[in-house]
Amino acid sequence: MADLHNYTINFGPQHPAAHGVLRLILEMDGEVIERADPHIGLLHRGTEKLAEERHYLQSLPYMDRLDYVSMMSNEHAYCMAIEKMLAIEVPLRAQYIRVMFDEITRILNHLMWIGTHGLDVGAMALFLYAFREREDLFDCYEAVSGARMHAAYYRPGGVYRDLPDAMPRFAKGATKYHSADEIARLNDNRQGSLLDFIADFCSRFPGYVDEYETLLTDNRIWKQRLVDIGIVTPERALQLGFTGPMLRGSGIAWDLRKKQPYEVYDRLDFDIPVGTNGDCYDRYLVRVEEMRQSNRIILQCVDWLRKNPGPVIVDDHKVAPPPRAEVKSEMESLIHHFKLVSEGIHIPESEAYAAVEHPKGEFGIYLVSDGANRPYRLKIRAPGFAHLAAIDEMARGHMLADVVAIIGTQDIVFGEIDR
Amino acid sequence: MSEYYRQLGEAICTELTLPSEAAVVALGELTLTLSADQILTAAQTLRDHAAFRFEQLIDACGMDYSSYSDQSKIGSRYAVVYHLLSITHNHRLRLRVFAGNEIPRLPSLTSVWHAINWFEREAFDLFGILFEGHPDLRRILTDYGFIGHPLRKDFPVCGHVEMRYDADKGRVVYEPISLELRNQVPRVLRDDHRYLSGAMNREQQHG
Repeated sequence: MADLHNYTINFGPQHPAAHGVLRLILEMDGEVIERADPHIGLLHRGTEKLAEERHYLQSLPYMDRLDYVSMMSNEHAYCMAIEKMLAIEVPLRAQYIRVMFDEITRILNHLMWIGTHGLDVGAMALFLYAFREREDLFDCYEAVSGARMHAAYYRPGGVYRDLPDAMPRFAKGATKYHSADEIARLNDNRQGSLLDFIADFCSRFPGYVDEYETLLTDNRIWKQRLVDIGIVTPERALQLGFTGPMLRGSGIAWDLRKKQPYEVYDRLDFDIPVGTNGDCYDRYLVRVEEMRQSNRIILQCVDWLRKNPGPVIVDDHKVAPPPRAEVKSEMESLIHHFKLVSEGIHIPESEAYAAVEHPKGEFGIYLVSDGANRPYRLKIRAPGFAHLAAIDEMARGHMLADVVAIIGTQDIVFGEIDR
Repeated sequence: MSEYYRQLGEAICTELTLPSEAAVVALGELTLTLSADQILTAAQTLRDHAAFRFEQLIDACGMDYSSYSDQSKIGSRYAVVYHLLSITHNHRLRLRVFAGNEIPRLPSLTSVWHAINWFEREAFDLFGILFEGHPDLRRILTDYGFIGHPLRKDFPVCGHVEMRYDADKGRVVYEPISLELRNQVPRVLRDDHRYLSGAMNREQQHG
């Protein structure tokens, strides 16, 4: 028999299961992975360098483009770092709006994850279901910010504007693709305010999650592909710097929303799901339960927001621009507005690290200011960076097809890893 | 919170036999400044000591302080900043280690926290900081064959080379850039921060 040697496979960057632009160099012994070496940086855009050349407000839209499936959570960490350094107290209504949209974002992210993870493992239908629900949530994004994805809605000191009183509707009448009846049906839950639309979504959503679970949770193929794949013990999970569902899947009940609560999370009622085995299947169950919990949080926020009107951004015009009408009529406001958009916010010499419980884990912003109107240094702590670094350890000894399941369970998005 | 971190800072300084100025509490965060030869043993102690238990390395990043406005606070041009988290005690710590001026060098902490591997590679790639004892110190974010360290302050934001496809050669070629460097937001330093007095007062009240 001839000598068998290890051989090397190049996986990606142009591969549908690589979730973007991952290039993996796999050293194989037959079908078994001996070593996995991810090559990243193919989506490196130098966000940290660009931020050093811009004032604080100009860098905010770059945050949307980091983890581009959970846009508002990224903005949240960035705004929290600035607010910490300026010692700004965000109005309570803005805090509730932020929490509500953080959780909408979490559902958006997890829907994307469950769809693509399923697709990678061979469950085609789920992808279509998940994207149907994502569309409704994008409409919520669009209603508050005007953009479906890259919202730039959170601002230092609050949010850009209050929630709209009317949910945008589809134009009446038949089109090339929809009959008039169909359009009327699509407009059914858009008759009230944005909050009505979100409440309607939340009443439907648990049923949708049940649908996903019927497709997957007890599915024989799904379990064969996920159970006992990529096991991470709690000790290793800590060593490898895991956060978020990756850490909770290994059985460590750690969630910043509970342990280091920010905004109004300490006033809300929700549970933290925790896994036991630390395999791909447990992480799947943790994320599915997180969707249900997010749904609970959103409903509590909707309830509060309906009863409590108020300001949504601080009144300090050195940080937040004055209202448009004032800019048109008052000299002082015009000057404030001009200085704010041309020169930007000045932050006193200080440094701060602000972290949020992002859908993928702990997303942190380390901001250093030397007293100027531009950050001296901005470091983005992306959860996916630490997770992907562990793929070598997780994939070793598994089969080639399991690597795809592990990439799926890590919920990799290259916008945040490559920055 | 600040009081808790002041005590934690004192405890760490005693344990590591550091002068008490090494630990600073600001904005409710504890920062510890260490020298390069202390970092390895200090990291071991911080991870394993029952009162600290920083079992997780959250982040490590390079710094280039060469254009920092107040140079009197700076030990050397390059530094590495580590962010640690303790799950057991629910507290955080920031470590700052100055790494030198010409050729920055630090011992690698891969033996203490496995997660630091890629973070050190990133600091090497973007700042050129060398980590002694790192098992695999390669570039990570920049292109194959990239020259220079892009997050250093003397590296222009537009870079040095541009890339295009050359139809005659049938491959991608690199050329010196034709862009002109423009600065659209001038850096403005205001030393009084008078218009932030409201925010500063609030901070003093909250302590």
